[in-house]
Amino acid sequence: MIPESRKDTIARLQQNILLWQGFKPPQAAQEQAFGLGALEAAFPNGVFPTGAIHEFLVPGPESAAASGGFIGGLLAKLMGQQGICLWIGVSRKLFAPALKRFGVEPDRIIFVDLQNEKQVLWAAEEALKCGGLAAVVAELRELTFAQSRRLQLAVETSRVTGFILRSDLQKVSSTTCVARWQIASIPSQAQMDIPVVGFPRWQVELLKVRNGNPGVFHIGWSADGFVPIAQDIAGAREHLSTLKAG
Amino acid sequence: MLRRFVSIWFRHLSTDWLTIHRPFFKDKPLVFAEADHGRMIIRATNTLAEAEGLVHGMAVADARAVVPGLQVMDEKPGRNERLLKAIGEWCIRYSPIVAVDLPEGLILDAGGCTHLWGGEKKYLKEIITRLNAKGYDVRVSIADTIGAAWANARYGKQTPVIEPGAQYQMLKVLPSAALRLEADVLERLHKLGLYTIGSFMDMPRTVLRRRFGYGLLQRLDQVLGREEEVMELLRPLETYEARLPCLEPVRTRTAIEIGIKTLLETLCADLKRDGQGLRAAVLKYYRLDGRVLQIDIGTNRPTYHISHLFKLFELKIAQVEPGLGIELFILTATKTEEAPLIQEALWAGKPGLEDDAVAELLDRLAGKVGPRAIHRYLPDEHFWPERSIKLAASLKEKPGIMWPTARPRPTQLLARPERIDTIAVIPDYPPKVFVYKGERHRIKCADGPERIEREWWLDEGEHRDYYIVEDEKGNRYWLFRSGHYDGQAYQWFIHGFFA
Repeated sequence: MIPESRKDTIARLQQNILLWQGFKPPQAAQEQAFGLGALEAAFPNGVFPTGAIHEFLVPGPESAAASGGFIGGLLAKLMGQQGICLWIGVSRKLFAPALKRFGVEPDRIIFVDLQNEKQVLWAAEEALKCGGLAAVVAELRELTFAQSRRLQLAVETSRVTGFILRSDLQKVSSTTCVARWQIASIPSQAQMDIPVVGFPRWQVELLKVRNGNPGVFHIGWSADGFVPIAQDIAGAREHLSTLKAG
Repeated sequence: MLRRFVSIWFRHLSTDWLTIHRPFFKDKPLVFAEADHGRMIIRATNTLAEAEGLVHGMAVADARAVVPGLQVMDEKPGRNERLLKAIGEWCIRYSPIVAVDLPEGLILDAGGCTHLWGGEKKYLKEIITRLNAKGYDVRVSIADTIGAAWANARYGKQTPVIEPGAQYQMLKVLPSAALRLEADVLERLHKLGLYTIGSFMDMPRTVLRRRFGYGLLQRLDQVLGREEEVMELLRPLETYEARLPCLEPVRTRTAIEIGIKTLLETLCADLKRDGQGLRAAVLKYYRLDGRVLQIDIGTNRPTYHISHLFKLFELKIAQVEPGLGIELFILTATKTEEAPLIQEALWAGKPGLEDDAVAELLDRLAGKVGPRAIHRYLPDEHFWPERSIKLAASLKEKPGIMWPTARPRPTQLLARPERIDTIAVIPDYPPKVFVYKGERHRIKCADGPERIEREWWLDEGEHRDYYIVEDEKGNRYWLFRSGHYDGQAYQWFIHGFFA
């Protein structure tokens, strides 16, 4: 009896801690499911954390393109019918009309093109403090722990979701971000054996998740949104262990 | 409001000006002369020349006979006006309403300004001291009407301050010339022995009009305040303007911040009362060394939020150069628009582009990094990828057409297509292999071609055949061949990356 109730108590306390850290309880997030399937289960309570900072590693233009599409899908949910997103960067190559394919109205994204990293950090912090925005995307070379903490403090009051795209993989240090992602394109599904390019498919690596389980997932995009792709879990585990070892 | 006018008379305007710039003339009799019917006639004198008995209208030859060491300079037409305009600009620190009063005076509308300097006497004293310090010999007077101030500045013997309503008494003893009359009218008055204004000002109007014409009556009415006198302002009045003279020159950041806040409170109260919002504002600061500098802000949406506008100015305070100190701030709303009354908390948080918080955030960003850094795109009616989007003019602008969805577009688009080397097996087919930045990409599958023609009315060149290709790793690219595949001048390019 006693150990059972102790387990309950611990579970309840854990729930409370998650709640205080800003993770939503499972019921509250049902209406805002992103359709990511198994990936969402990797997060605490099985809910994609909004109102937090996510970190994406983008080593090259291919990866930036893949991340852009994946984030576009997330933004579509976050922005809904009216929301506004700020996209801040130094040398932005994102082509706005492409986001329409992922359900985002490109005219509701405001691009801020700046001169240097310092300005990007300043603008990102100001933007994350503004509760009127749905999301903020910032392109940076690197992000130190102190900088990430400033951004984290900003979102804690405003509950804006932030995405940081980091391009310099050499300087990846630990940050306060709620999750670290790396997105890569994988071959699209050939339709009826005709060699044409199909809907985009990605290998989504969750390298770090606070209070959650990192993993590797395959996600596709269809006209209706994200489509989780069933995969060989053992293979993914193996891949992850090599990642961790590396 | 009680109207009070200050007349400033520069007794030796052009000679003072020259002496300031060339101190050599300081202790020499100096005159400015102008050619008139083959003779040089004196148009301006300095104090020393005046003491020797030289007067306006005298021939230079005669004057030289009286004063052997006389310095004669050429009078240039229009110089007085230029000088007065410059001094008038400087005098805007004393009142926003300044007019040039040719040939050698300025008129200031000082209504509601004098208390800032602690009374009319101190106000005038400040003007005299500052102009004297610059080197100008001035006489100043303040009165209810322009005419009375003018007359007292030039002919008054008693006090420079004519109390409200006292101009009648003051004028009585002044000579007729103090009325700014035409020369022939003045001559006729003198012929009849009417040397002071008092000797004729109470005569019946019909008599005066019959003998001296309507001009005299008008001047009398103007000087007594029975008729409004129009002055041509040096600077047109701004509807929304706030002024803050500093008792002591300020130069610290805190003081400037307090100054801006005080100004914004005044300005925003005015704006709010009229239901107007500010779109652009200029803060001018007058420095101790006489320079006038400014900083400006702009907003995306009409607003009268003090805290928001202050934040915008706060970003610019670092650009303020106080120098030795700032003695006057003027905040002007250069552009205003009708602003809806902002609903309070209950209805706050309109979503999306209507949100005030977002507009204020963008104002802040624009204030710090410049408005050109902020872009928002709308679809444009072009197929050519570089021209398929256009910049939105404002936050409110909605897309005129739907965003095209028929053809997928890459998420990353290179600003300029880059050349690639390719191996294509069959003509008019996508390549089998391409090399981009030293890396070989073997193409697994491809989509296309999508031919996009040049818009010949905009530019010239080859059309493009676009292919979406996927390499063996699963990366997707947007390639195109410029021109036809017929062995001539065709070339492969990479233009973008797909998700």
